[in-house]
Amino acid sequence: MSGLLGLYNYWIVIILMMTGFYAVIARPNLIKQIIGLFIFQTSVFILFISMANIEGGTAPIIKEGIRLYSNPLPHVLILTAIVVSLATTALGLALVVRIKEAYGTINEDNIHVQDEED
Amino acid sequence: METVIYILSWIFLLGGAIFLLVGAIGILRFPDFYTRLHAVSVCDTMGAGLVLAGLMLQGGFSLVTVKLLLIFYFMIFTGPTAVHALAQAALQGKLKPVVDEHEQQ
Amino acid sequence: MEILIDTILLVLLMITGFSIVRMRSLLAATMLTSIYSLLSASLFVVLDAVDVALTEAAIGAGISTILLLATIALTTDREKPPQRTPMLPLIVVIITGMALIYGTLDMPHFGNPQAPVHLHVAPAYLHDTPGEIGIPNVVTSVLASYRGYDTLGELAVIFTAGAGVLTLLGYRTRGGNSMDPGIRKLLILRVIGKLFFPLILLFALYVQFHGDYGPGGGFQAGVIFATGFILYALAFGLGNAQRLIPHQLLRIMVAFGMLLYIGVGIESMLLGGKFLEYNVLADDPVSGQHLGIILIELGVGITVASVMLMIYYVFRSRQPEGDL
Repeated sequence: MSGLLGLYNYWIVIILMMTGFYAVIARPNLIKQIIGLFIFQTSVFILFISMANIEGGTAPIIKEGIRLYSNPLPHVLILTAIVVSLATTALGLALVVRIKEAYGTINEDNIHVQDEED
Repeated sequence: METVIYILSWIFLLGGAIFLLVGAIGILRFPDFYTRLHAVSVCDTMGAGLVLAGLMLQGGFSLVTVKLLLIFYFMIFTGPTAVHALAQAALQGKLKPVVDEHEQQ
Repeated sequence: MEILIDTILLVLLMITGFSIVRMRSLLAATMLTSIYSLLSASLFVVLDAVDVALTEAAIGAGISTILLLATIALTTDREKPPQRTPMLPLIVVIITGMALIYGTLDMPHFGNPQAPVHLHVAPAYLHDTPGEIGIPNVVTSVLASYRGYDTLGELAVIFTAGAGVLTLLGYRTRGGNSMDPGIRKLLILRVIGKLFFPLILLFALYVQFHGDYGPGGGFQAGVIFATGFILYALAFGLGNAQRLIPHQLLRIMVAFGMLLYIGVGIESMLLGGKFLEYNVLADDPVSGQHLGIILIELGVGITVASVMLMIYYVFRSRQPEGDL
């Protein structure tokens, strides 16, 4: 693992992140935007967990005879972040449902048109 | 004795891998939804089953084997149920199977 | 070998991500999102984060899929083709990506044991946990004891999000506890659902109370618990699930979990320690830690499970009768 080769993991994660980001800013459909946000979130989780990994290490559960463990701190952060991400996604979806009831559409462009008419 | 078990477990693992590969090819190559379901069930039963059997042989008599057995038990029940639900949903959605033209006549 | 699996999983994730963005059918995109989550859960196992993988599998592939499906059922499942030109977003995305990649050039390499993250704090946790806390799973000890404040904050976020969903959508009571006719026809699904419902609850309890020794804990167990009840509600209809766990009870449980967590903190203050200092809970500091961790994990589990189930109830109660 020399030169830039050791970074490829982060690069793929960045590509994933940008995929989600693209869905958020390029797609007018609100559900699609939330799915894009979800992809973005998950790739951030992967980035953190990649950083926690130590070559040759094992899961951070103490056992006799094992000397090298992965870093438990990012695991803790991400573990709680995943559950929080679901809670916030649910909040977003609830907003989408309300918008659908109020505007009759979940397409951002149509919503803007309706807003301008008012 | 240990080598025999080791080799046997690898035979199981490779067999499972082959079945999974066959199933994957089937999903890609079969013409319509209902035939693809058949390919999926190959992955579920033989593919996963053989891989689990191979892993059980590697685990020996331990808690790991019990857990693998439980996973196998779950797979046996959930696999066919999922396929059944999919087929039901397809039928209710009025998806017609592709039938050979010769048999229709 | 690990690198190979890691790379293959990352490539699969990329393919799935691209197809999600291209997909016009929101239903298909939801299913692919579920696959995306499952793939990242597998990746977490390869990267030695077993606790995280358990959570991601239960959340990403389980509950979030169901919530997305419920939203699609309430709105629409087709995405209209975009009217504006997708060039500008594409340029923005490429520039941001380039900037981020430029930022990684200074980063320590993947798996490098000398990276700054691994030199500070984390070795202390790994070194002190057996002596101070006395449990093998370091993730649980950091989550529940060393960083108990953080976890309390996260729990508060979940609590608030649950309350927010309830405020936005409100809960609609429906008359009659009858089963939806559509579900009644699916005999096999109901039998299998009945068979697996107790097993899932049993597994959730195992994950909850085995979290000190293996991968698991309140967050994972709470989510698995909620999944069990959601399965029940899917197989037997919302009315029957409501008879099992009424909506009013859930609201109390959401608050109860939080209160249990804070209560443990206050109890340790009353006993002469600091907030969430478990050492004073028992005569022996290590058993005090044990007691504290079990109690607050229980609080986390109760709140997470009831918030998840409540969100599901709220979404489901919006749907017209006879509709899944």
